[in-house]
Amino acid sequence: MVLKAFFPTCCASADSGLLVGRWVPEQSSAVVLAVVHFPFIPIQVKELLAQVHQAGHVGLAVLGTWCHRRQGAEERLGPFLEGLGAIFSHEPWLQLCRERTSGLWSCKATCQQGPARVKDQVMLVFYDQRQVLLSQLHPPAALPDRQAGDAAASAEGLAAVFDTVARSEALFRSDRFDEGPVRLSHWQSEGVEASILAELAKRASGPVCRLLACLLSLISAASACRVFKLRPLSFIWSKLAVCGQLGHRLEQLELVFSTQKAEKPAQLMRKANVLVSVLLDVALGLALLSWLHGKDRIGQLAEALVPVADHVAEALRHLLQWLMGAPAGLKMNRALDQVLGRFFLYHLHLWISYVHLLSPFIEHILWHVGLSACLGLTVALSTLSDIIALLTFHIYCFYVYGARLYCLKICGLSSLWRLFRGKKWNVLRQRVDSCSYDLDQLFIGTLLFTVLLFLLPTTALYYLVFTLLRLLVVAMQGLIHLLVDLVNSLPLYSLGLRLCRPYRLAAGVKFRVLEHEAGRPLRLLMQINPLPYGRVVHAYRLPSCGCHPTHSWGSLCRKLFFGELIYPWRQRGDKQD
Amino acid sequence: MEDEQSFSDICGGRLALQRRYYSPSCREFCLSCPRLSLRSLTAVTCTVWLAAYGLFTLCENSMILSAAIFITLLGLLGYLHFVKIDQETLLIIDSLGIQMTSSYASGKESTTFIEMGKVKDVVINEAIYMKVIYYLCILLKDPVEPHGISQVVPVFQSAKPRLDCLIEVYRSCQEILAHQKAASASP
Repeated sequence: MVLKAFFPTCCASADSGLLVGRWVPEQSSAVVLAVVHFPFIPIQVKELLAQVHQAGHVGLAVLGTWCHRRQGAEERLGPFLEGLGAIFSHEPWLQLCRERTSGLWSCKATCQQGPARVKDQVMLVFYDQRQVLLSQLHPPAALPDRQAGDAAASAEGLAAVFDTVARSEALFRSDRFDEGPVRLSHWQSEGVEASILAELAKRASGPVCRLLACLLSLISAASACRVFKLRPLSFIWSKLAVCGQLGHRLEQLELVFSTQKAEKPAQLMRKANVLVSVLLDVALGLALLSWLHGKDRIGQLAEALVPVADHVAEALRHLLQWLMGAPAGLKMNRALDQVLGRFFLYHLHLWISYVHLLSPFIEHILWHVGLSACLGLTVALSTLSDIIALLTFHIYCFYVYGARLYCLKICGLSSLWRLFRGKKWNVLRQRVDSCSYDLDQLFIGTLLFTVLLFLLPTTALYYLVFTLLRLLVVAMQGLIHLLVDLVNSLPLYSLGLRLCRPYRLAAGVKFRVLEHEAGRPLRLLMQINPLPYGRVVHAYRLPSCGCHPTHSWGSLCRKLFFGELIYPWRQRGDKQD
Repeated sequence: MEDEQSFSDICGGRLALQRRYYSPSCREFCLSCPRLSLRSLTAVTCTVWLAAYGLFTLCENSMILSAAIFITLLGLLGYLHFVKIDQETLLIIDSLGIQMTSSYASGKESTTFIEMGKVKDVVINEAIYMKVIYYLCILLKDPVEPHGISQVVPVFQSAKPRLDCLIEVYRSCQEILAHQKAASASP
């Protein structure tokens, strides 16, 4: 195999010295991590390598020599460098060389054991140490735990390079201003990277997290107390979307401010995503709040609400009058039509009276509910969805009445149809069996069947109309929920990271061939290939509220046809009504 | 060592294949597709604007004209950035892997790198698409089954060169893969 030497770009201008890094025999590649400059004491170099081995469980060694010289100055250093090969024996021994003036590279690898041969084919792959150290490969290679004993990294292919650089962080901690025994050149040798803001945030985060964690545990303890578990309150709680959203946010905040440190980078990203999402939510909510409370918009909304409810009731009244006449030219059963129509009209009248009763208080209610927008835009949207549900409660009632009537009719029709054909539903065996009926059973059955069959169009029409209205309301609520889900689950921190620091999220690597001269080794530049935006969202999306519709289109159509009630949103852990 | 030859693609358009032999273990093949023709661009723009002008005479709303201009510009930018591929490159490096790059007309480059450990072989496959066409593809090893193939990755998907061009590329790739197989066979 061709020998590959991974060389950091920051060491290309360093002075002559020893190459320190890791040799991966399976891929015949040498990952150079740093250059040790003269003068040095071999024992201290070996001690440093042993320290790094203990800290990161990565086996480093002296791989060869690095020579950065002017043309013609090679005679003095030549035998000295070869002598070093005897002190730090390593198979194969690399000798990299670069001329200062022309910038031309040369590379040689020698093997002492076996037939003494010089490997001609050496490939130089340059890599940016800082980017490789900070980036994370997706999908992450399955590596053994860092704490688990002495297991060295067994990553495949190029992931081994990333892993080696990541585990050797202890080597990069000293810079050239430190008075250490060994002088190194690596990406941080000009000065260790640090930021005052980051350090202050780290110091402050401990006590702040503890305080907020206490507060949040108090709130969750209060909400879990026995009073709220009583039947009517718990029922209302489970039906309101606001409570679901608030509970979800509370869980997320508990995750962010937990005092446990995140072990894996995925957990850290999740915490960061949740924090940014909550902050954006609150910012948008405050903007909405300031817009609502300025220029008396709440008053205008409250004044517009009752006329809108009246208008909707008037439209429903027209609809019922139309159904009671000859809708779309269909001939309905007069008596049933009048009964159903009058029943629904009375219900509507009751509803409108209640709305008019509430009208003086609406402005105050809206004002106080509008304050909930300061908890976040998602909470405000959930409140809106709940208000829509409450205002269209009469449509929901009409739908339930129509559906139950229709369902009863369909059940009756199907069982009487079986009787008509001389069959019966066997409950024990869950199948249709033949059965011999008496004459009077058959007579009554056929009579009832005829009655139900001829009353079917009327009921079916009422059911159809009210189901369509209900589906309209459900669609509106569904849109709002979709928006809330979007704000909840979008990983904004990861998207921002991909935009501003694309090397942090790596899908892989890419190579570029650098200028090539005949007789010189092949030089490649390895760069990070960033993850595409779609995969970033897919990998880091946050779990949403969990109130997704559980039906497929087929089962939905089936339920509509048989008149079973549809509940579009089932919260997790709800009892079936 | 650089070398340029002209071939044709399956629709009859002209392609230029540039071969660069950097070293015995590294080769690059660059296929340049025919550029965006001025004729088709003018035709599409004229059609869209004539349709918009027709709508304008019906509706007397000048927003339609500005919308048509906007749509044409956005459509052109989107086409250049996301659809029109100018050049496709295959870089094969012995014992590292195979890299495929597509450069779009707007300058965007999209790269995929496959490590040599995952590559089983490079073959020319036949496909029936209104007629028989040939395409070069990379077979990837299955981690579970040692002799199985987990994925077939086609190369030069938008340039679609003909068999003569593919044979040239195939021969060069097989020379390099032969080194790889020899190296993995010997301990």
